[in-house]
Amino acid sequence: MITIVNYGMGNLGSVFNMFKRIGVEAQIVDRPEDLLSARKILLPGVGAFDNAMKRINEGGFFEVLNNKALVEKVPVLGICLGMQLLTRGSEEGTLPGLGWIPADTIRFPYQNGLKVPHMGWNLVHPSSPSLITLNLPEDPKFYFVHSYKVHVDNESDSILKCHYGIDFDAAVQHDNIFGAQFHPEKSHKYGMRLLENFARI
Amino acid sequence: MLKTRIIPALLLRDVSLVKTVKFRKPSYIGDPINTVRIFNELEVDELIFLDIEATMKNRKPNLRILNEIANECFMPLAYGGGISDFETACDIFKIGFEKVVLNAAFHTHPKVIEQIARHFGNQAVVASVDVKKNFWGNYEVFTHSGSKNSKKNPVEWCKQLEEMGAGEILLTSIDKEGTWSGFDVELTRKVSEAVGIPLIAHGGAGSKDHITQIVHEGKASAVALGSIVVYQQKGMGVLVNFPCNNLLT
Repeated sequence: MITIVNYGMGNLGSVFNMFKRIGVEAQIVDRPEDLLSARKILLPGVGAFDNAMKRINEGGFFEVLNNKALVEKVPVLGICLGMQLLTRGSEEGTLPGLGWIPADTIRFPYQNGLKVPHMGWNLVHPSSPSLITLNLPEDPKFYFVHSYKVHVDNESDSILKCHYGIDFDAAVQHDNIFGAQFHPEKSHKYGMRLLENFARI
Repeated sequence: MLKTRIIPALLLRDVSLVKTVKFRKPSYIGDPINTVRIFNELEVDELIFLDIEATMKNRKPNLRILNEIANECFMPLAYGGGISDFETACDIFKIGFEKVVLNAAFHTHPKVIEQIARHFGNQAVVASVDVKKNFWGNYEVFTHSGSKNSKKNPVEWCKQLEEMGAGEILLTSIDKEGTWSGFDVELTRKVSEAVGIPLIAHGGAGSKDHITQIVHEGKASAVALGSIVVYQQKGMGVLVNFPCNNLLT
C-alpha cells in the first residue's frame, strides 16, 4: 500500500490512476494522522515551493513526515516539486525545505536561448544504481516540467542525469529517500516501471 | 536532448470529438474515450483537448468526460474551453490534467489567470491565441472560437500573455486550421522570437515535412496536430493515427 500525501498541491488524480493501472494499492490521505500507519509514502507536488512548504507546515504534516522519513525510515518518493521539497531549500522561495537529502534547488540558468521551464520529454541516463531505476525500458525518457533543478552535494546521491543546456539530477536517492524531477505518472511505460519498482521496495 | 513535442489537439463538442476547417463546419470524428485509448497505446507525447463551444454557449467543461479521459491516459493532458473562474480550473487539475488552456479569460479575467498561475505555477497555464489575417494582410487575434475580433496584434499580445502568467502559448492560425496546407511559418516565427516561453504551433499540418519546417523555420517549441491524426488523408475517412513518433529528436 502506497500512501499519497494530499497536502493541497499536486496531481493526485494522475498518480492514483497510474497505480491503479499497474495494480498497486494506493490511498490518498489528507490528514497528518492518516500518515501514522503509512509503510511507503509518495509526496507529489506541483506549483510554488513556499506555497507547498507552507501547506506542509501549517497542515501539521511536517512532524509526522519527518518521523516517517528519518526515524521509521519508510521509503519516500517525491515527484517534481515533491523532489525539490526534499532538499534544504530552493531559490524559488525563502522557506526551508524538508532537508532529507543534502542538496539545493536552484533556478535553471538562462543561456543559449533555452526556454525555461524545461518542458517535454527528455532522455535520462543512470548515474548511480538504484532500486527504482531497475530494468527501465531502452532509451528511457520521461516527461519534465520545471524551472528549478536539484543539485546534490554528493554525486552518489544522483541516480539519473538529464541534459538541458547543462547536466542536472533528474532522479536522486539518499538512503530511503527517493526523488524524481520528472512526472512518472505522465510518462507511459517508463513511468509505470519506475512506480512499479518503488512499489516493490 | 529534449524532444520536440508533437501533440494531437482534439476538439470536443461537449461529449463528441469533432474536426473543423478554418474553425467552421465541425465534422463528427468519434467517441473521445475510444480515441484517447488509441493515442495512449501509440504513446503520444501529450494531448490537448479543446471544447470549441463551451465558451460560446457559456457552458462549464464536461468534467465527466475529462475524468474518463484522465483514467485512460498516462501522458500530459491539457484542457481548454469554458474556464473563466479559479474553481473550474481547480476541478480540472484535480481530475489529473496538468494544464489548463485559456483564451477569452486572458482578455476578460486576468485576475483569475494570475490566481491560477500563482497557485499551480505558470507551467500549468497555456494561453491559446487564435489568429487570422485581415483584408490588408495584418494578423489579428480572435476569441470565442474565431467569432470575436479583439483587434490585437498577436506578437504584442503574446508578450503581454507571458507577463500575465502564461507558461506556454498555443498559437493557432485560423486561416490554416484543417486545410492540410502547412503551418503559418511567418506568424509562428514572429511570435516565437518575441517570447521566452514555449510556443506550440497549430493549424495546417498536412505532412511530416510541414512539421519539421515549422520547428526549424518557424522556431516552434512544439507542434499541435489536428486533421492529420484523425483522418486517413485529406478528404478521406476517419482514422485515428500518429505518423510522427520519433520524427523529431
